[in-house]
Amino acid sequence: MAKELTEAGLSVTILERGEDRHTAETGAYPNSIDELRGSVRKRLFQKLSRNSLTIRNRIDQTALPYRQLAAFLPGEGVGGAGLHWSGCHFRVMPDDLRLRSATIERYGKKFIPDDMTLQDFDVTYDELEPFFDKAEKVFGTSGEAHMVQGKPTGNGNVFAPNRSSPFPLPPMEDTFSAAQFRAATQELGYHPYSMPAANASRPYTNPYGCQMGPCNFCGYCSGYDCFLYSKASPNINILPALRRDPGFTLVPQAQVLRITLDQSKKRATGAVYVDLNDHHEKTISADLVILGAFQLYNVHLMLLSGIGTPYDPHTNTGTIGRNFFYQTITTSRFWLPKNRYTNQFVGAGGAGVAIDDFNQPDFDRGPHGFIGGSPLWVNQAGVKPIAAASAGGGKGRPRWGAQYKSDMIETYKHSLSVDAHGSNMTYRDVYLDLDPTWTNAYDQPLLRMTFTWKDNDVRMNRYVVDQLKPIARAMGATRTELNMLDYNQPFDSRLYQTTHLGGGAIMGSNPRTSALNRYLQSWDVPNVFVIGANAFPHGLGYNPTGLLAALAYWSAHHIRTTYLKSPGPLVPS
Amino acid sequence: MMQRYLSFLSFYTLIGWLAFSPAHAEDTPSIAHEVPASLMEQGHYQAILGDCMACHSAPGRPAYSGGVPFALPIGTIYATNITPDPIHGIGTYTEADFARAIRQGIRKDGRTLYPAMPYPSYARLSDSDIHALYVYFHHGVAPQPVSPPPNRLTWPLSMRWPLTFWRWFFAPNVTKAQQRTAAEFTDPVLARGAYLVEGAGHCGACHTPRGLTMAEKTQTAQGGSSFLSGGGVLEQWVVPSLRQENRTGLGRWHEDDIVAFLKTGRAPTGVSFGSMTPVIEHSTHAYSDSDLHAIARFLQTLTPATLHEKEWQYDPSSRDALQRADLSERGAQLYIDRCAACHRTDGRGYGTVFPPLAGNPVVLSKDPTSLIHIIKEGDTMPSLSTAPSSFSMPGFKKTLSDQDIADITRFIRHAWGNNESGVQKEDVKNIRSGK
Repeated sequence: MAKELTEAGLSVTILERGEDRHTAETGAYPNSIDELRGSVRKRLFQKLSRNSLTIRNRIDQTALPYRQLAAFLPGEGVGGAGLHWSGCHFRVMPDDLRLRSATIERYGKKFIPDDMTLQDFDVTYDELEPFFDKAEKVFGTSGEAHMVQGKPTGNGNVFAPNRSSPFPLPPMEDTFSAAQFRAATQELGYHPYSMPAANASRPYTNPYGCQMGPCNFCGYCSGYDCFLYSKASPNINILPALRRDPGFTLVPQAQVLRITLDQSKKRATGAVYVDLNDHHEKTISADLVILGAFQLYNVHLMLLSGIGTPYDPHTNTGTIGRNFFYQTITTSRFWLPKNRYTNQFVGAGGAGVAIDDFNQPDFDRGPHGFIGGSPLWVNQAGVKPIAAASAGGGKGRPRWGAQYKSDMIETYKHSLSVDAHGSNMTYRDVYLDLDPTWTNAYDQPLLRMTFTWKDNDVRMNRYVVDQLKPIARAMGATRTELNMLDYNQPFDSRLYQTTHLGGGAIMGSNPRTSALNRYLQSWDVPNVFVIGANAFPHGLGYNPTGLLAALAYWSAHHIRTTYLKSPGPLVPS
Repeated sequence: MMQRYLSFLSFYTLIGWLAFSPAHAEDTPSIAHEVPASLMEQGHYQAILGDCMACHSAPGRPAYSGGVPFALPIGTIYATNITPDPIHGIGTYTEADFARAIRQGIRKDGRTLYPAMPYPSYARLSDSDIHALYVYFHHGVAPQPVSPPPNRLTWPLSMRWPLTFWRWFFAPNVTKAQQRTAAEFTDPVLARGAYLVEGAGHCGACHTPRGLTMAEKTQTAQGGSSFLSGGGVLEQWVVPSLRQENRTGLGRWHEDDIVAFLKTGRAPTGVSFGSMTPVIEHSTHAYSDSDLHAIARFLQTLTPATLHEKEWQYDPSSRDALQRADLSERGAQLYIDRCAACHRTDGRGYGTVFPPLAGNPVVLSKDPTSLIHIIKEGDTMPSLSTAPSSFSMPGFKKTLSDQDIADITRFIRHAWGNNESGVQKEDVKNIRSGK
C-alpha cells in the first residue's frame, strides 16, 4: 500500500511498533536459522510485555490475558507477520466471496445455522483477478495454472478459477512426502495439485526490481526471515525499492495509540504514537490514514480511536469487532515403512501437494450438514530439531527413554503430516471488543477475544479428516494418527494452531453489518482505509495472505484512481 | 574507497595533494546565462562518467564540497571543494583554467595537482565534454562555502614542486593522448569504449599496474598488455585484470555480463564487493546502456596479459563427492556447513543473487587475498536504482578460526576445476579488515 501511494506521488510515513529490519543483515545465514532464538524464543514475534489481548471462550466467562505466544503468533518489527509467514499463497474460490448467496441458492436459507452471521464479501473474483495477478508477480509466486484466459494450460488445480496469466514461476518441486500424497490421491480419484507458494522456485526479479533467490528447501520459513531471500516478504519484495523513494519515511519503534479524529468524528487527522526510544507521546498529522496493524490490532485501534460503532452481541448492533473468526486447522500424521524416507527436516513453507475436493464449491455439503470446507495437503515445511524432539513419536508414545528416542528418530525420518486447513464461520457470540479489566503498558484497555469452536466447523473438520483413512492406506502407512476437533471442545489458546485470524472489521455492502465498504474504506471515517484479514466476513479453506494482498492492491487502485481525485466515501452509505 | 589511490600516494618523494585554493577573484568566468538543458545534462553525465563524486563528496558534507580524507603514512590530505563557490571552490576558474586542471593537472595558480586526480586519464576528454562538465560545475552544482580540513603534511613532504617533474615525465600531452585514443578503433562503438575506459572512466587508475615511479605502466590499449592487467592489492582487495585471461580475467564473461555488472553490481558470473562497489554506486550504474556496451566490447578486445593460462573447465568430482556426503576432502565439511546453502554443492551459486565460486576469476586469482577477505568480513551489495535489493554475505571471522578459513579457502580454490594453490593459516591471519 505504501508503495502504491508513493507511486501516486503522496508523501507516505509508516509507523511501526517494532524495530527496523533489513533482511540483508538480520536475515543473514547462519544466525537467522537458529531455532532456539527463532521459534522457541520468538525472535520475530510480538512482544507481549507491552501489549496483548485477553481471551475467553464464552460471553459468561471472564477473559484472561494472552501472556505467552502459543495459538497464534502476531509479528512485530518491519515486515510484521509478512516476514515470518510460510508462503502459502492462494487465490480464492469465486463462490467463497458470495458464500451466503451461494449457500442459499443451493441449500436454502434454513441450511444456515441461526447463530451463524454469514454474509458476502461484496466483491467478486473477476473484480479482484487483476490484483491477484499483480500480487503474485510482486511475490514471485511459484505454482502451476489450470486455466489461463479461458484455456486449460497445465496440470494445476482443476477447481481453481480462470487466471489472466500463468504463475510467474514454475511450481516448487514435490518433496518425497508430497509426491506420495500426490500419487495416493490421484489413485483414489481426487485432484492433487502443487500448492501455490510465495517461495521462489527460481531466481526472480519482481516488477519493482526487487530480487529473490531460489528456495533450497532448508525448512526455515515459518518463524524466520529467509536467508536465501526466496520467501516473499515486504522486506525482500517491496521495501528495497520503497526505501529509495524520497516521498517515503519509515518510523520504527512507534507504538500507535490511536487515530485522531476531528470534532465531527467523521474525519481522521493523524495519529498519536509513543516513540519507544524516548517514551514520549508524539503526534503526526495526515490527510489519509491506512491501518495495516494486523487483523487484531486494526480492530483494536478502531475501538480505541472511536472509528465506527463497537459491536454488541446482545443487541446485534454495531460493527467493530463483529464476525471474528479463526481457522480450523488440524494436523494428522502417517508413518511410512522404514525403507521410505520422508526426511522431515527438508521443507519449504508454501510448497506441497493439496486436494480441494472437499473445499470446492460443487462438493455437496447437503448430506453432511456443514457450511465451509477444507483442503487437505502435505505441506512439508521443515521440522526443526527442537520441534522434532518435542513432538517425539506422536500421541500416547513415551516421552523419555530409549523408546522415545527410537520413536523420535523414526518419526523424523519416516513420517509425514497432513493438514486439514479448514474454514471457520462467524457467529453472533464470537467477536472482539475492549476488555473491561486488563490494560496494556500505555494504560489502554486490551482487546478481548471471545471465541470457541462451533458444531458446524467441528462437523466439517471431522468429516474431512475422516477422508484421510483411505489416503493413508493408499500411501502404505504403517501407523496413522488422525487428529480432529471434538464436539464441545473449547478453543485452547495454549496450543499452536495458526496465525490466521480474521474478521472483526469486515467489508460488506451494508454499513449496519460491516465496518468497511467494498474498497476497505471505513463507512464512518472515509479517510481511513483498513487493510488486513479483518476485512474478510468469514473464514476460508485457504490461507488468507493471497486474498489479503489482492484486496490491498484493489483498495490501493481505487484510492489512486478515484479517492485521491475526490476524497470522500467511495460508496454512498 | 579513496584508499585505492593510497599505495601510489605513499610514494613520498613525488606525492601530495592539491588544495584548489583560488588566489584571484578578478577573472570571474563568463558563461551564457541561459544554459540549455541538454548541455547541463551532458555535463552532469560527464561528472558521473568521471566519478567526480567518489573523491569530492564526503559523507555528511554537501555534494562536491570535498573533505574525503586520505590517511597516508606521511600525513592526511583532503579532497577539495569543486563547487562553484568563488572562495572555497572553483568559482573563479575560467573554462581554460578548468580544462587545464582536469586534463593537465595544473591548477589555476600554476602549481601541480597531486596525481590522485587522474588527469593522465582525463587528458583524453574532448573539448565538448570538458565544456559540458565546466557548465555543470558552474551552473548545475550549488556553491558550498566550506573548505575541507587543511592537509596535514610536514615539510619536506609537503613540498609540491617535485610533482611538477612527475607531471612532466608521466602526464600525456593532451592533443597526443586524444589522438592516440581516437585512432585505436575505426568501429565507432569500440572507439567510444576506448574513450570511456581510457578517459573519463579512468579504469586504469586501479586496474593497470604501476611502475617504480608509481605511474600507470600505460594509459592505453595500444600501450601493451599491461594495460588493465590488474593492479595489485588495494585496501586488501586484489584488483583483477579486465583483459581476456580465461581464468583470472574477463575471458569467460559475455558482453551482457560486463554490462549487467557495471549497471547493477551483479551478473551471473559474479557480483561486486569491496572497493568496486562505490564505483558502481556513484558512477557506472548510471552510465547509459550504449556506453556500457561500448565499454564491454572494448574490454573484450584486450588480449590476455598472461599467455598460456590453462582454460578453466568445470570438474564435477567435488560436487559429486559432496552430493554423496563424502566430506573427506579438507574443508569440505566446513564448506557444506557454512557455504553450500547459498553457493551450492556444485559451486555454481544462484544467478545474480549468490555468485558462483566455480570458475570465478576472484577465486582463481593467484593471490587469495580477496577471497580470504570476504570470507572473514562479509559484504553487502549496494541498493541501486537499477537493482534495489542488497544481499549480504555474512563475515565468518567471529565464528571460524584462521585455520578453518584457510581450509574453506583451500577447498573453494581447489574444487570444481578451480585447481588453484592452497592457503595457509598465516595468509588468513595477515588479512585484517580495511573497514
